[in-house]
Amino acid sequence: MDWEWISSNTGEIGGLLGDHIYLAIVPIVAGLVVALVVGALGVRFPRLYPPIVALSSTFYTIPSLALFVIMPGLISTQILDPINVIIALTIYSASLLVRNVMDGLRATSPEVRQSALSMGYTPIRQLWEIDLPIAMPLVFAGLRVATVANISMVSVGALIGVGGLGELFTQGFQRRFYTPLLVGLVLSVLLALLADALLVLLQRWLTPWARLVR
Amino acid sequence: MIEFESVTKRYDDGTVAVDGLSLVAANGEITVLVGPSGCGKTTSLRMINRTIDVTSGTISVDGQDIASTDAVTLRRNIGYVIQHAGLFPHRTIVDNIATVPHLLGWDKKRSKGVALELMERVGLSTALATRYPAQLSGGQQQRVGVARALAADPPMLLMDEPFSAVDPVVRESLQDEFLRLQQELGKTIVFVTHDIDEAIKLGDQVAVMQVGGTLAQFAPPAELLSKPANDFVAGFIGRDRGYRGLSFVGAEGLPVHERSTVAVGASEDDVRQATGDDDHVLVLDTERHPVGWLPVNGQADISPERLLALGTTFTPAQTLRAALDGALASPTGEAVCVDGDGRFVGVVSHGEIAEHLQTAGRQAG
Amino acid sequence: MTLFNELVAFLSESANWSGSRGIPVRIGEHVLYTVVALAAAFAVAFPIGLLIGHTGRGAFLAINIGNAARAVPTFGVLILVVLLAGLGFLPVLVALVILGIPPILTSTYAGIRGVEGSTVIAARSMGMTERNMLLKVELPIALPTVIAGLRSATLQIVSTATIAAYVALGGLGRFVIDGQQQRDYGKMAAGAVLVAALAIAFDLLWGLVDRVVVSPGVSGRLPRTRRARDADSPPPTTGTTPTDPLTPEPAGRPT
Repeated sequence: MDWEWISSNTGEIGGLLGDHIYLAIVPIVAGLVVALVVGALGVRFPRLYPPIVALSSTFYTIPSLALFVIMPGLISTQILDPINVIIALTIYSASLLVRNVMDGLRATSPEVRQSALSMGYTPIRQLWEIDLPIAMPLVFAGLRVATVANISMVSVGALIGVGGLGELFTQGFQRRFYTPLLVGLVLSVLLALLADALLVLLQRWLTPWARLVR
Repeated sequence: MIEFESVTKRYDDGTVAVDGLSLVAANGEITVLVGPSGCGKTTSLRMINRTIDVTSGTISVDGQDIASTDAVTLRRNIGYVIQHAGLFPHRTIVDNIATVPHLLGWDKKRSKGVALELMERVGLSTALATRYPAQLSGGQQQRVGVARALAADPPMLLMDEPFSAVDPVVRESLQDEFLRLQQELGKTIVFVTHDIDEAIKLGDQVAVMQVGGTLAQFAPPAELLSKPANDFVAGFIGRDRGYRGLSFVGAEGLPVHERSTVAVGASEDDVRQATGDDDHVLVLDTERHPVGWLPVNGQADISPERLLALGTTFTPAQTLRAALDGALASPTGEAVCVDGDGRFVGVVSHGEIAEHLQTAGRQAG
Repeated sequence: MTLFNELVAFLSESANWSGSRGIPVRIGEHVLYTVVALAAAFAVAFPIGLLIGHTGRGAFLAINIGNAARAVPTFGVLILVVLLAGLGFLPVLVALVILGIPPILTSTYAGIRGVEGSTVIAARSMGMTERNMLLKVELPIALPTVIAGLRSATLQIVSTATIAAYVALGGLGRFVIDGQQQRDYGKMAAGAVLVAALAIAFDLLWGLVDRVVVSPGVSGRLPRTRRARDADSPPPTTGTTPTDPLTPEPAGRPT
């Protein structure tokens, strides 16, 4: 481990870390929004459920590098544009989350649903005040998986010139130099663990009823 | 008042859930819909608050056809209690109860005050207010369900098997408290159950429904027991309906008569003289409260250890069922009748009760 | 859409479909890497998963290896292995196997653990040997989860094998990496589309395997029996939850 290299490159490493966080988090937020909207539609209109499931699982199957490369052809962006990575990861996040959103929204028990209806909830208000909070634990389970996976996948973007910490991997390979590689690996893992821990805390704070046992 | 007028519910696949139902649930009364599963009772209930739409016929609430009302407004004015309570798992108890006030836009303080008051009213400690449903027992959850339905003080309540998910002992106490509460509140209640005992216990009027969604009989419980309209109703009520029917006949007309008694502390001679040919003599205390039966058997030993338990007594204000219970529990087959202060009035044998029942039945029929 | 035209041009050029660097050869290489790495990962992970699932010992390991594997960037692992062991087929294969192990191990464990306690007790009470219980009762019930793990592992390996072109491996990733260096988008896109198609084909294949080997009693794919609907309950307004064979459990993710 070359500590001198690290200390003389902290600025660059910090910049790449910042890029990495940005490239991972933006797709999570965007993917969640997409998943909530699509998921709510899939639950409200059961006919949409099978195509949503089929489409999301197909997107989920495509290797990330392939999706990064296909993006410019689909949306006419430049090949080296970071937006390709962001949109591709948004598609992944949304594909993963939409299943959890739909399962979560359908987790409301028939008794609770009948109660809400009978007390005079309007459909939108019921979705917002009853179904969505009850779906939270499943949505968060999906968010945790998607966030950790995104942080790992951003690195692959280095192969098309958009990589965050992944650029430390290509540097390490090209120069047969372990230090940047290890720094990248450690930072990436720490970032994933930190993000996961933050999500756990956020979930605890948002769903106090879920951690109770009688 | 909730009125069904030839209401039919037919699903798209042709299944008829409710077929030409007509009945009136009177104000301030408990109207029970009872029947086996598949008889359309829950469907009927849900049509009242329009969570299921009527296919034909009309349902009116206080004279207004519900089809012409706004469904959401209608629902907010009719309380609803469901089996398993259907509480919102993500809301505290107090917030669950305050749901309808919240929907109606009451301010928070007022909703909370009402919710806490209702908790006490249904027998829940307000210490539970900040708990979540998962932290409560089934019986407690069911009480919360009732409190939630009452929160906006709706004049009407719909209850769908509210007590059937709890064990029999808890159910019994929930039913008793429900009746006590109804005495105070006087709501117009439509109550669905598959349990005929519950229907008879709670209902002012009972509608027995049969598979196919038709009404078999609509009558007060006593009439249901004494005069079932058809074999279905008779079968549904069950074998011991005669015995249950005794609960609805008053004991005041029973031919209560004198019998030999002795006072506590009487001498052997007194006993022998009082009993005559009888096997037992009834012992009264100085206030003429019955104490127990003394077996005589020719000898007149009156040591207290030989005294037999009295069993239960009854007053003329009670029912034939109480009298028969007393007679069956007594060593002589005689039920001891006392007045309101517990003083001895007379006795009646189970044979005499049966005879009386026959004459009473003939008169009623 | 010029980028799209470039893709079509590359795919319709017959020269690209022949020779040792042609599309069929690259597909063959990619399939070979995937099958070999998957088989090796299965040989390691499956028995361990069975053992941990059946005995419950070492559960901590089984659960955490799955979580940890998700947090480690596969691209970094690939490069680390190559730097340690040198370029060539074998080091890359080692990396692919390492990445394939966690999803298989975790899902095998989870599948076996997920068998209901009463089922296990019943099997034991009937006098089954531990071995018989595992193979005749627990494994058949766990099979859908095990297959889901294999699917995840397959996707993981197909993905990583694509990236491995960067460290001089063959396969479809070559088109992407070479196209990138030659500024030939048609080539890049062709590689991407082909590898996506390959991944989807593998996934469909697993769906088919799932359909064939999983007992209908476990998968719920039973012939529809007409049941009289309870007239008291309104007709279902939402569709029944389909058990969808095309979606892997999120045990691992493509890279």
